[in-house]
Amino acid sequence: MSLKEISKVTGRAVHVPGDDIDTDRIIPARFMKCVTFDGLGEYMFYDVRKDADGNDRKHPLNDPSYEGASILISGNNFGCGSSREHAPQAIYRAGFRGVIAEGFAEIFFGNSTQLGMPCVTAEGKDIEKLVAAIEADPSTEVTIDLEAKKIRFGIAAIDCEIREGARSVLLNGHWDPLQDLLASEEQVEAVAGSLAYMAEK
Amino acid sequence: MGKSLFQKVWDAHSVRQLPNGQTQLLIGTHLIHEVTSPQAFGMLREKGIPVKYPHRTFATVDHIVPTNELAEPYSDPLAQAMITELRKNCEEYGVKFFDTTTGMQGIVHIVGPEQGITQPGTTIACGDSHTSTHGAFGAVAFGIGTSQVRDVLATQTMALNPLKVRRINVDGKLAPGVYAKDVILHIIRTLGVNGGTGFAYEYGGEVFDNFTMEERMTVCNMSIEGGARVGYVNPDETTFEYLKGRPYAPKGKDWDAAVERWQSFASDADCDYDDVVNIRAEDIAPTVTWGINPGQAVFIDQSVPKKEEGKTVSERASIAEALEHMQFEGGTAIKGVKVNVAFLGSCTNGRLSDLREVAQYLKGRKVHPDVQAICVPGSQGVSRIAEEMGIDQIFKDAGFEWRGAGCSMCLAMNPDKLVGDQLCASSSNRNFKGRQGSITGRTVLMSPLMVAAAAVTGEISDAREVFGILEPATV
Ligand code: SF4
Repeated sequence: MSLKEISKVTGRAVHVPGDDIDTDRIIPARFMKCVTFDGLGEYMFYDVRKDADGNDRKHPLNDPSYEGASILISGNNFGCGSSREHAPQAIYRAGFRGVIAEGFAEIFFGNSTQLGMPCVTAEGKDIEKLVAAIEADPSTEVTIDLEAKKIRFGIAAIDCEIREGARSVLLNGHWDPLQDLLASEEQVEAVAGSLAYMAEK
Repeated sequence: MGKSLFQKVWDAHSVRQLPNGQTQLLIGTHLIHEVTSPQAFGMLREKGIPVKYPHRTFATVDHIVPTNELAEPYSDPLAQAMITELRKNCEEYGVKFFDTTTGMQGIVHIVGPEQGITQPGTTIACGDSHTSTHGAFGAVAFGIGTSQVRDVLATQTMALNPLKVRRINVDGKLAPGVYAKDVILHIIRTLGVNGGTGFAYEYGGEVFDNFTMEERMTVCNMSIEGGARVGYVNPDETTFEYLKGRPYAPKGKDWDAAVERWQSFASDADCDYDDVVNIRAEDIAPTVTWGINPGQAVFIDQSVPKKEEGKTVSERASIAEALEHMQFEGGTAIKGVKVNVAFLGSCTNGRLSDLREVAQYLKGRKVHPDVQAICVPGSQGVSRIAEEMGIDQIFKDAGFEWRGAGCSMCLAMNPDKLVGDQLCASSSNRNFKGRQGSITGRTVLMSPLMVAAAAVTGEISDAREVFGILEPATV
């Protein structure tokens, strides 16, 4: 069974500036007291968006001109810290379908790919150009083109990178590996049988 | 050319290459807890898929358990719902659960080793980034997301890309008062919070050869704070000694066979690393963080940096953001900063040796009246032995609160939280904004003894001065 093939993500974009934005920032731990991921979108970047009394702070994510954006732009080492899948889940459930950053933390990147939410990297100076364009006109349509490894906005385009393995699973609709993993049961049993500790209970 | 432990374990557990080019890797040991597993069980249920090898998954509850309230239902209904859900899932799928009533519950990364479940030459996964802790035993241990928890439950495998291996040698001798925590904070500060991206860190050298298992765990635990998803130490006599006689360790003639097997996984002397870093133990002093990531750290006698000291625009912005959050002025000494809370615990430093080391110096001392000090054993096992040894009494006499086992104030998913802009001297592993439960709360990471020194003096202090730990006379 193949999933949807993802070759392009198109939509308006919003910039959340900063390097090393960690998953605690993306979804504060107190909102992880849940047994399903439903409803997490509401709490994405909660402490960045709200002050201590729960009122909106001035932040791009609260700015109505970016409402409905589906591409998130940020700095280096985005998604570092905790392995919580709640972070990409929150971003996904808040309506985002792609993330552009200077760099991603490993686990966040993997978790996002597995959700079918491409994470692409671009050079800092190129991201600046992109951000300048969306800030000048928040209605700018941005496209992450995985096939061409380009990010297009208006008449401009910048290069982007994504690890080849992730790119190919997104392009060929194998981004959720469960079906593939289930397909090799005999081989799994053979490897398990070769390892003494697998028999320990 | 020889092979590294990482390569050997990887090869032994590889099932096949997936259509997407990733490797399908068998995960021998799967550890789960209440926060990242319920959604995974939910997905299995939805698809009607069973757990492939239930006997290779082990569960405990740690993040949400209150440490000051034993009876259920807990006052927080959400916490109660989470523990109930885990109980239900374990029962339904036949997974062993170290529940709160078993005397074996605790932080997942403390329980695994304590029970002898964590073994050399194995692959381990857990929906928790500090799974790297288990690498201390020469296991390849990955922190994973919830969808991967689902994959491991359903297939006992997951899809991964191989990692490069960076060997980090720490040679020489650590000075008195310098601990494993200082070693890893120093490594992260040196290599950066994302310096390890794409790497497994193999720790070695004289310092690691001499370290106890608990010290090795402290270092491996924080590998992820340096961006390395996996960190490990090659198994040796220290490892085997620790495991012998533990409930899940092999017994009798299986033991000898296991030790032989385990030894065979250690990196070959002639193996080729992708990178090698050498650090001198003598260069490491007690280290404390001043900022909002674990790499923003200084030695206790240094000053917090000024914004201008950042080498790049973004580094200057990070320093400025950190200084603002921490309410520190660049260029001032870190020593002497007032603390409000002292937290001793977590999967980094909530083990018996941590508590014992502190107790030895804390005896007869008193916590500063302005400080709330809490000591949270990492597991019920740790707390039982500590109580048998009278360590709890030393803490209580000093004015520490002695709590039940759990993650406690390491993160804000239980009642233990900072309030307002309180500053916490913490033996945990993360100082991210809001990590300890208050958006404006401030965390300063340090070794357990440095936490005790801060508790006693009411300010960030050099434990060597507070407790009279002298440098050995130079010869
Ligand atoms: S003690 Fe802290 S870092 Fe360790 S598992 Fe618990 S919350 Fe995570």
